This record gives sequence, structure tokens and C-alpha cells, in this order.
Amino acid sequence: MTALAAGRRTASRSSGRLASEVTAAAGLLPFGALVVLFLLIPLGVVFAGALLDESGRPTLGGLAALGDPVVRSAFARSFELSAITAAVGAVLGAAVATVVAGSSPTSALRRVVVAACGVLSQFAGVPLAFALVATIGLSGVVTQLLGGAGVDLYASGVWLFDTPGLVLAYTCFQVPLMVIVFLPALDGVRPAWREASLTLGGTRWQHFRLVSVPVLAPAFTGALLLLFANALSAYATAAALVSQGSSIVPLQIRRALSSDVLVGQQDLASTLAVGMVLVVAVVMGAQALVQRRTARWLR
Amino acid sequence: MSRHHTGPRAGAGARTIRWTVLGVAAAAALVPLLAMLDFSTRTPTGGRSGQAWSSLATDPDLSAAILVSLQLALLTAVVVVALLLPTMLLVALRLSWARQPLELVCLLPLAVPAVVVVVGVAPVYAWVVHLLGSSPLNLVFVYAVLALPYAHRALAAGLGGLDLRTLVEAARSLGARWPDVVLKVVLPNLTGAVASTVVLVVAVVLGEFTVASLLGYDTLPVAINLVGKRDAELSVAASLASLVLAFVLLLGLSLLPVGRRRRAAPAAAVLSPTPAAPPGTGAPS
Amino acid sequence: MRLHARLAALLAAGALIAPLAACAPPTAEAGAASTASDGTAWGTTTSAEAGGGMDALVAAAKEEGELNVIALPPDWANYGAIIDAFEQEYGITVNSDQPDAASQDEIDTAERLAGQDGAPDVFDLGQSVTLANTDQFAPYQVATWDDIPAANKEETGLWVNDYGGYMSIGYDSAKVPAPTTVADLLKPEYKGAVALNGDPTQAGAAFSGVVMAALGNGGSADDLTPGVSFFSQLDDAGNFLPVDPTAATITSGQTPVVIDWDYLNAAITTDLPTWKVVVPTGAVTSQYYNQAINKDAPHPAAARLWQEFLYSDEGQNLWLAGGARPIRADAMVAAGTIDQAEYAELPAVSGTPVALTPEQTEAGAQQLASTWAAAVS
Repeated sequence: MTALAAGRRTASRSSGRLASEVTAAAGLLPFGALVVLFLLIPLGVVFAGALLDESGRPTLGGLAALGDPVVRSAFARSFELSAITAAVGAVLGAAVATVVAGSSPTSALRRVVVAACGVLSQFAGVPLAFALVATIGLSGVVTQLLGGAGVDLYASGVWLFDTPGLVLAYTCFQVPLMVIVFLPALDGVRPAWREASLTLGGTRWQHFRLVSVPVLAPAFTGALLLLFANALSAYATAAALVSQGSSIVPLQIRRALSSDVLVGQQDLASTLAVGMVLVVAVVMGAQALVQRRTARWLR
Repeated sequence: MSRHHTGPRAGAGARTIRWTVLGVAAAAALVPLLAMLDFSTRTPTGGRSGQAWSSLATDPDLSAAILVSLQLALLTAVVVVALLLPTMLLVALRLSWARQPLELVCLLPLAVPAVVVVVGVAPVYAWVVHLLGSSPLNLVFVYAVLALPYAHRALAAGLGGLDLRTLVEAARSLGARWPDVVLKVVLPNLTGAVASTVVLVVAVVLGEFTVASLLGYDTLPVAINLVGKRDAELSVAASLASLVLAFVLLLGLSLLPVGRRRRAAPAAAVLSPTPAAPPGTGAPS
Repeated sequence: MRLHARLAALLAAGALIAPLAACAPPTAEAGAASTASDGTAWGTTTSAEAGGGMDALVAAAKEEGELNVIALPPDWANYGAIIDAFEQEYGITVNSDQPDAASQDEIDTAERLAGQDGAPDVFDLGQSVTLANTDQFAPYQVATWDDIPAANKEETGLWVNDYGGYMSIGYDSAKVPAPTTVADLLKPEYKGAVALNGDPTQAGAAFSGVVMAALGNGGSADDLTPGVSFFSQLDDAGNFLPVDPTAATITSGQTPVVIDWDYLNAAITTDLPTWKVVVPTGAVTSQYYNQAINKDAPHPAAARLWQEFLYSDEGQNLWLAGGARPIRADAMVAAGTIDQAEYAELPAVSGTPVALTPEQTEAGAQQLASTWAAAVS
């Protein structure tokens, strides 16, 4: 135990300890107020839509909609899309971040990359769909260039408006997000450790496997989780690129909330939202488990 | 904190890898943007025209919306850092039972699409408008919450690389008061993380459309969407312009706290020990 | 640990109780209803006459000074020009919100912003949403009320048809050959070219597109199966693009063929001179949209003046200039007040138009809900 904590324990009586705990917890109040008012209450309103019936009594009947085959396949596709783009985005983003982390925090390169990645991480929706189709769509710039060189991008069908196209579109904002979110972690990897490993006789691969990976693992899995949730709730890009079929959950939510054709489905939207929160909570739990395991390896 | 990777690392091989990766990434990012630029300067007869861009520059609604969004972005960044950073420090140092709940809470805003957030937040905002009037700056509250996942992740990544307890104990045992500990010891070690956080929060606010539009506020993305309805080339030019504007703003912000980093570097290097086992195992993730 | 458990329980309890508190509406002052000099509250007035005449209405509207409209894109049936004309004639600022909103979004926004100054004053809605939300409207009868056929309005004026059109195929004549029937679109010349304006289970325009396809392939207003199977074949042939067509995608050539209302397709011609519009023979379906006034409108006089403007000769002709068929067209033709040049430019229609009744729309929507996703995936 550290000197500070030990000193605190022996020096306080139980009431003093209670007081300091309360003051510490009170430090959570400003943040807590923001979160309760603008996150927990709104989520409560949404959950109420899913879990209360017309007369206001709790019921689980609304959740039965989650068992509908169309809904289930939408959740499966959403999960698959989010997992793939999170993994691809994490790996590519980590690569770019590693390259950039080598330069000084005040260098022009790092500043430009961080600013650009910040902007591109929010570049989604109709403009992104347009830019993608303009670049590698059926009559896009790159498609035509490659066609001139004899390569037909669409030989095996038009994949741009199906899951592969969505993966590409999502990766466009997942990679920049990963770069920004992972760079601070790379800043914490000190060059002195590598020098220590090398002087102790280890190889570069051993240093990577036994030092860098465990140190960066929590940040990496945390970023992976962020990317997953980011892709799961992304709606605008899919709506513009694949406006047919409501194949993923956010599109189904949108349809339930504002369809001109099938009216009166607001509660279904709330139920789907509850489902999404459950998915994120489950994935978060899995990530916490993985983290606890990797932390154990370090002891 | 400065990383002078001279010596064995900066060999020619590593340099070519670095520039190849960056080159490919830059190309992948620039080509779609160039395609947008190409389309926005087209005329129906096949020529080139800067008309879409010039009408953007002179549109009065847009300039008002730019001001609103800039104020909102900076205000939200300040609010998020001022609220989240002390909270994360508190949780890391004293309330370790709250670490997982905090992480869950900070991930929840991303768990549901923005349209659902609006459904839930609308009753709360009815009160906000009732109490504070209907200025677009009301959006700072919901934007702070929407930016939490990104901010928390960036700050956690930075905190994970520090041996926070040792730093704080060393500072306290040398006689520093709590404000000095936070401002002069912890914060200089987190400049990268705080910079990332500010970048993310500003980007989120400048790009957020759904909540502002559905609650009826005229921010930059809302104004750009409306302007874009008039004309195809104008809509693409407007999207590209908002990207460029955000980029310029973020670059400008990054130019601000330069001196501080350099001065703080030696102090941090002294205070953070070079342990045999990598630190950060018990630190918040 | 007990303290922590207690704190956690408190937070959880707060999160649970909070929604109930959120349900209680704030004590917002009822939107200060603007009154005429003799004390008429415009929020409950059912016609200009009842409120003291058109001049009184115009004066009250000018005093309010603003009008909130929603879901009116500038290139939808010439709404851009209509809004500009209204602003210039009466000096009232029109705040155009959420141009991308669907009909249901308009109602949702009115509920969400109830009591606030930004709530929408007037609605322009599709049929299904109109009939489901009549309790949100205030009855009003415009000065030209008698020109509108009884079948096209609710008897007290809760909602009134305003403009309509026929489902059409718009195409870039420089890129693809001219289609005359719906079945033509299955030909290989249209590979990767055909887009529908939205998802038929979501957007009214796309739903009518499926109806048109059904009519063109042997179906009827009661049976949309041939329409769904047509799009399934279109998808299998590689001709179907699931992209949402916008002015940008059309002018850039990404979506050379668009199935949409004839007035929406007609608006593209100003951006793309080679764009042509055709209503396919034997597959003619039409729908009118509906005007309604928000019963909690923050600017009730301006809202009513807007209605008067839309149903005046000037307003109706502005819609006609956008390629839409105004509801008073027949009366205006008889009175000679219609814009003859624009009227002649409307696309030719051969065959009897089919308009779905609310019951047929509901049944068709249910059928699409269960079969559409599988058909086009």
C-alpha cells in the first residue's frame, strides 16, 4: 500500500472517513448533474416508451418485438457491420497513430494529422455517401481510372450499396477516430523501456509482445469498444448510401419513428433503442472481462 | 515529453515506412474530397465555375450560423474538460469503485442513434427553454453529453500512460496544494490527451446535425443543409467548406499552448519514474 | 462499501424517478394568442370573414411578423419561390425548418416544441399521417373554399388537399433511352441506373412508386404484389440502385433514372437540361398532399394568411410553375385565371389515374412491411 493511503487509514476514525468519502463523492456532483439531467433522464424517457403500456403500467410485451425475424436479422447485420469496421478501423488507425506518435507533439506533421483526423472522424452522412460514390461509384473517378487500366471494380456485382460498401464508408470515419483516440496512449509508451529491453538482451519482437502490447492493450480495447458503439449508432451514412431495406437497426428505428407509410410505431423505436443499449452493455462487459484477464498476465 | 527519436530508431527503413503509410492515408483522405471539389465547380455546360463557392461566402445566414457554432464548440470543449477531467482524476485516485460505472455512463450516449436521443431529451429541453430562453447555446448541455464517449476515451488513454498515484503523492509530499497538483503536475502530463479531447469535442459540435435540427436551432450544419437544398453544386461546396473550416479551426487551436509543453517536459521527466515493470496496470483504462 | 451501495442505489432511484418528473409539462404560458383589435383570438378563428375580414387578418399577421414552416424544400413544388413571394408581399419572415423532414416528423416536431416559439405553424402532409393526426389541427376555411371539391377536403377545414401529381419516371436522355412503360426499365440499357425516392415502407413517394409498378405489371390498387416482384426483378437484373437520389446525385450522373412524383422530376430540368419526365402509359397513380394548421401555432394569424396565400390564384399558379397540379386547377381553368403556358407544360397522362383510399394504403403498407426488405436485398 502506498504511504498516503496507509497514513490516511491509521489517522482517521470511522466518522472522519465517512466525511471524506462523502466529500469525495460530492465531487462527482457537477458531472453527475449533467449526466442525470441530459443522459439518464432522456434514456429513462426512451425506456419508458418501450417498457410501459398505454396506461403507464410496466409491461414486457413491447420487448417481444425484439424477437421478430426482421428485427433479429437487423441486429445481426448491425453487430456484424460494427464489429468489422471497429476491427479494421482500430488496426489501420493504430498503424497511422504509431507512425505519427514518433514525431514530437509540437511538430507540424502531428498537428496537421490530429486536426485532419478530428475533422474526418465526423465526416459522415450524405456528404460522405456522395464523396464515396463520386470516387469509386459506378462512374466514379477511381473506377474510371482503373477501368482504363483494365480493372473492373464491379465485375462481381455492385458491392458499393451493400454491406461491403457500408464497411468502406464506415471505415472512412472510424480510422481517423482511432488515430485521435489512440495517440494519447502511444504518448505514454516511453522510449526508455525499449532501450531497457534491448540492453537486457531482448529482441524487438519480445519487447513488442511483452511490453508494448500489455501496456497498450487497455487503451486499444477501450478504443475498439468506442469504435464499435460509434458504428452501431451511426445512421446518416447508411441512410444515404443504402436507403432501401432498413437492413440495420438505426434505419429501422428511423422507419419506426417517422414513416409516412406505417404510422404509429414510436414504441417500436423505443424498444429497438433498448435493444441497442443492451448490446453495448454486453459488449462492454466482455471488454471489461478481457481487460481483467490481460491485467492478470502482467503480474 | 518531447520524443526525439534520433539515433537507432530513425533509420532510413523506418522513415520510408512512415512516409508510405502517411502517403497512402493522405491519398485515401484527399481523393474523395477532390472529387467533391471537382463536382462543386462544375457547370451544366461542362465548364468550371466558382459560383457555388462565392455565393457561400456572401450568404448572411451562414455567417450567423458559423458564429453560433464556433461559440458552441468552444463552450462545449471547456465544459467537457472542466467537468470530465476532475471527475476522472477523482475516480482514479479516490473512488475506484466508480470506474466501471463511469465508463458505462460515458459510453451510453453512443449506444443510441441521435434521433432517439432527441426523443428523450426533448422534455428536458422544454424545461431548459422555459428557464433559459431559446438561445442556440442551450445545446451545450446535450453536446457535452454527446461528446462524452470520445472525451472519456481520449483522457483515459492519456491517464493510462501516467503513474497517477506516484505523481500525485510525490507532489503532495513536496507540499503542493490540490489545485497546483492538478494544474501544474497532472495537466502538463496530459497535454496530448487534452488536445485530443478538445479536437474531438469541437469536431463533434461542428458536425452534429440531427439534434440541433430537430430541436430547432440554427447551427452551422443546419444552415449548411438548408443552403444546400437550393442547388446541387452548392450543397457539395457547403459540405466541403464546413470540413475546411473545422480543419482550420482545429489547426489554429493546436497552435495555442505551445510554450507550456516544452517547459513542462523536464519536470514531467523528473517526476515520472522509469520502472522495471510498465506502469499503467492499475490505472484507469 | 455500504456507502457506495447507498450512493449507487440513490443514483439508480434518481434515474428511475426522473422520467416521471420529465412527463410533467413545464408551466409554459400558452402561446400568446394574437388578438385582433376587437379581441378575436386568431388561434380559434375558422375563416377570414369570422375574424373581421382579410385586412384584419393581414394586419394581425404582419404584427406577428414571423411564420414557422417545416419540411418545405425549396425545390419541392416550387416552395422556394412561394416562400419568397409570401415574404415579399407581406413582409413576414418565414423560418423554414427541417427541409428533409417527413410528414410524421412534422407532427413530432409540433409535439416536441409545443409551447415554444419555434413550433411549426402549418403542415404539408401525406394522406396517412394527415388522417391519423386530425386532433393536432385547427379548422380553417380559406376564401376560395367553394372552389375545392368536397372529396378533397375535410368538411370543417381541418385538412385540405393542396397540390398533387402523378408518379413518373425521370431519366437523363443523354445517358439512357426513353422508357415508355414500367417494364422497359428491366432492359439491360438501364443497368445500375434506376433509383426510387426513398424506402417504400418509409416514404410516401416511394410507396406510390411501388403502386405505379404494380399497376404497370398487372396489379391493382388492392394488390401490390406485382409491384414488389417487379423491383425484385429489377434488383436481380442489377438495374436497381438503393441510393437515395438527390439533386447532386442526379446532376453528377450517379442516378440516371429516378422514379418520383412528376413535379419533383420536373424540377431537375433546370439543373440538368437533358432530364426528361414521362408518366408511363397504363400505370397512372396520383396523390394529393394536405395543408393543415397547427392548433397550437405560435403565429396563428400568419398561419391563416399563409393558407389564404396558397389557395389564392397567385399561390396556386406558383405551385403550377413547379410542375404540381394545384387543387383549384379546374376552377381556375374555367375562370381563366390559370397560367396557360405552365398548364400546357405538364406531362401528358394517358389512362385513368388510380388514387388509393386510406384503407388500400394501409393494406398495401402492411404488405410491403413484410415483403419489401426480402425482395430488394
